[in-house]
Amino acid sequence: MDHLHRKLRDHEAAMFQQGYLDDQFSQLQKLQDDTSPDFVIEVMTMFFDDSEKLLNNMSRALEQVPVNFKQIDAHAHQQKGSSASVGAARVKNVCGTFRNFCEAQNLEGCVRCLQQLQQEYSLLKNNLKYLFKLQQEIKTAGRSIHTRG
Amino acid sequence: MNFLIGGRYVGGSFDVESLVENLLGQLAGHQAILVNVYDVTNSSDPLIMYGNQYEEGDVSLVHESKLDFGDPYRKHQMICRYHQKAPPNWTALSTAILFFVILLLIGYILYGAGNHIVKVEDDFHEMQELKVRAEAADVAKSQFLATVSHEIRTPMNGILGMLGLLLRTELNSTQRDYAQTAQACGKALIALINEVLDRAKIEAGKLELEAVPFDLRSILDDVLSLFSEKSRHKGLELAVFVSDKVPDIVMGDPGRFRQIVTNLVGNSVKFTERGHIFVKVHLSENRKPVTNGKHETYRNGGSEEVVHASGGYNLKTLSGYEAADERNNWDNFNHLIADEEFFCDASTKKVASNEFYEQVTLMVCVEDTGIGIPFSAQDRIFMPFVQADSSTSRNYGGTGIGLSISKCLVELMGGQINFISRPQVGSTFSFTADFGIFKKNPITEVKKVNYEDLPSSFRGLKAVVVDGKPVRAAVTRYHLKRLGIQVKVANAINKAVSLCGKNGASSTGLFQPDIIFVEKDSWVCGEDGIFSVRQLDWKQNGHIFKMPQMILLATNISNDEFDKAKSAGFSDTVIMKPLRASMVGACLQQVLGTGKKRQLGKEMPNGSTSVRSLLFGKKILVVDDNVVNRRVAAGALKNFGADVKCADSGKAALEMLQFPHKFDACFMDIQMPEMDGFEATRRIREMERTANEETNSECGERKSEFHLPILAMTADVIHATYEECLKCGMDGYVSKPFEEENLYQAVAKFFQTKPTSVDS
Repeated sequence: MDHLHRKLRDHEAAMFQQGYLDDQFSQLQKLQDDTSPDFVIEVMTMFFDDSEKLLNNMSRALEQVPVNFKQIDAHAHQQKGSSASVGAARVKNVCGTFRNFCEAQNLEGCVRCLQQLQQEYSLLKNNLKYLFKLQQEIKTAGRSIHTRG
Repeated sequence: MNFLIGGRYVGGSFDVESLVENLLGQLAGHQAILVNVYDVTNSSDPLIMYGNQYEEGDVSLVHESKLDFGDPYRKHQMICRYHQKAPPNWTALSTAILFFVILLLIGYILYGAGNHIVKVEDDFHEMQELKVRAEAADVAKSQFLATVSHEIRTPMNGILGMLGLLLRTELNSTQRDYAQTAQACGKALIALINEVLDRAKIEAGKLELEAVPFDLRSILDDVLSLFSEKSRHKGLELAVFVSDKVPDIVMGDPGRFRQIVTNLVGNSVKFTERGHIFVKVHLSENRKPVTNGKHETYRNGGSEEVVHASGGYNLKTLSGYEAADERNNWDNFNHLIADEEFFCDASTKKVASNEFYEQVTLMVCVEDTGIGIPFSAQDRIFMPFVQADSSTSRNYGGTGIGLSISKCLVELMGGQINFISRPQVGSTFSFTADFGIFKKNPITEVKKVNYEDLPSSFRGLKAVVVDGKPVRAAVTRYHLKRLGIQVKVANAINKAVSLCGKNGASSTGLFQPDIIFVEKDSWVCGEDGIFSVRQLDWKQNGHIFKMPQMILLATNISNDEFDKAKSAGFSDTVIMKPLRASMVGACLQQVLGTGKKRQLGKEMPNGSTSVRSLLFGKKILVVDDNVVNRRVAAGALKNFGADVKCADSGKAALEMLQFPHKFDACFMDIQMPEMDGFEATRRIREMERTANEETNSECGERKSEFHLPILAMTADVIHATYEECLKCGMDGYVSKPFEEENLYQAVAKFFQTKPTSVDS
């Protein structure tokens, strides 16, 4: 079980070091306790759903003619807010840049930003899924030790 | 003469004259006396009856006496005089003269004595007057000091107060560290002012040392931070090293200890233009055996080395410049550290014996590479108000008081202070002092201890320090060890790479650092090292990039160097010397992003318990159009014990806030579609107004007006304006996502703290 713990710890540390996650995510982890044992997973699942919806909306809005920058900006604002709430630092930063391009009504910049956003988002999602998988493995391993009795 | 015997008259003839003369001669002291007897019946014509009429003799001294022969008709008179005039009586004269002289002398003496007495009395009066004036001056001085100190203290307290408020706002790690440093310096300044007042006590001989527990390392960090700006400005390397054997907490007088170290380091900073200032603290037993041995080898074998390298740059000291005291060189230092790591037996026995006496003797050395003290002045420097050179105070400032007071204080602590100084090379001051050992008594309040709480989030991290200078690397290692980080030292970048490469030799083992600290000097020399670090294959398990963070350590850095460093892959945060464990911790927090975990300081309340005490059991409404934000905010508030309901728009909030409702507070997102936070709040206030008017008119008397505390949640705290929030009826704002300190401040305005129940 030790190697699992080590893997988990290393992976988590790497995500923090590389800026995928910031302090807010730690705060979320702190909120998880016996009364809400799956708080982090719950919130992150909500975040994934919400983000995917927003990303779709943004991509569709960019294909429209003429482009409604105000609306895209609103979506980006939403995305920024929710990523700030969960501690998705890199996603949040890209959203900031995205909003600047929207304000400047720079279509090319917006398209590029959206691509970057999608990329960051999928990286984050994969890394988080791996993290949750490790946590799950540890839990099951722990339970099996207990049940072996 | 013949006389007959036999019953007859005896008769004889006497020569009366010779008889008289003989008699008188005997009587008169063998001096011839002439006697004349006169018949003075006829006073104008005396008839001589006896004596030689013509012998005059000394008529100046004449004695007359009446003779009575029994004849009533005749008068007789006898006149006696000296035959020879009496010689002048030398004896009498000289006696008289001597007497006179003696009298004169006595008179003179008395006169002199009298004069002296008068003079003494005058002096006495003068002294009395002067004494009165001196006392008055002293009192005036103390009053002046007290007044001036009060005048200084007032704005200082203002500064400290503002810093305290600043620390309660949202700051990033570096800002927080800067503000805390400023606060510590301000507190040190106030302490200094108090010490100036204390000087009156010193001068009255009434100085007493405290005996309280304190943390030596944090005092040294504070002193160093006082001088960090100045030493950085001069390009000096400032560092402190405390041996592991020195206990964490000792009993003694922290203020006086700080005073001594501040004085010595201040002098060093003042008189050093290049090189380093290095403060070392050891147990005083350790040094002797090592230094004796090394000193001899230096004398015998190494002297050419020293001569060759004098003024040179390549010695193994902190900065490379030669230091005055050869005993502090790298070889000794290395021995010392090595001793601490491996040979515990001998020294622990010594420590044990000291524990028995409840005392530990520490030696503190302050080494600098400054202008030194000229040999002629070296025996005078501990005298008060003496400076090495009359031009010193003109060139360097200062009044020259510090060293004499330091000496007094050191001696009060049962130690000694001395120094070694070579002009143009540098000076090393060292002093010993006795401290008590702190027994961790469960009864003792831990709060009294000045124990610095270093962030513990770095424990177990691994780091590599790249530095060509071994002493400096040891100092860096010391600070990192205090944060719980394991450190390996390499003296060049390529060596660091080989330490952590996967194909490292099996003997060294695999050391995977989380961080690599590179000293700026060592980097500039070997620039290509960085790329080799980057090119190392960091992937493991196919997933993770375990590339360690690269952080630069520097005393000063120019914009160009900073840009070059950034482009070479170093992180944005450069750790500035002099190193302090707390500052390193703050920078690491920023780089590694492990958050703004705050120290359990005395200024800040222990976050969650106090917010919990405010929010426990309160009914709170969270309004936000984004589901994720709602969930997170609700989760955080529930964690504080509040009862949370959510609304996903302004409209929904209005519905939930119809009267009567049981909510105690509302957190409202500002930017929402359809109805934003401001508009929603305005409507809520309107509802409240109408409801209040109704209830008031019903009851006839004025009941308290209902006012729901509404706080705005905004991601952009900097640009959020308080006025705008107030205009629409809000009571304040908090950051989004929540930040504990900020939340506490905002909520404390309208909730009272309650004793919290045990967590269910």
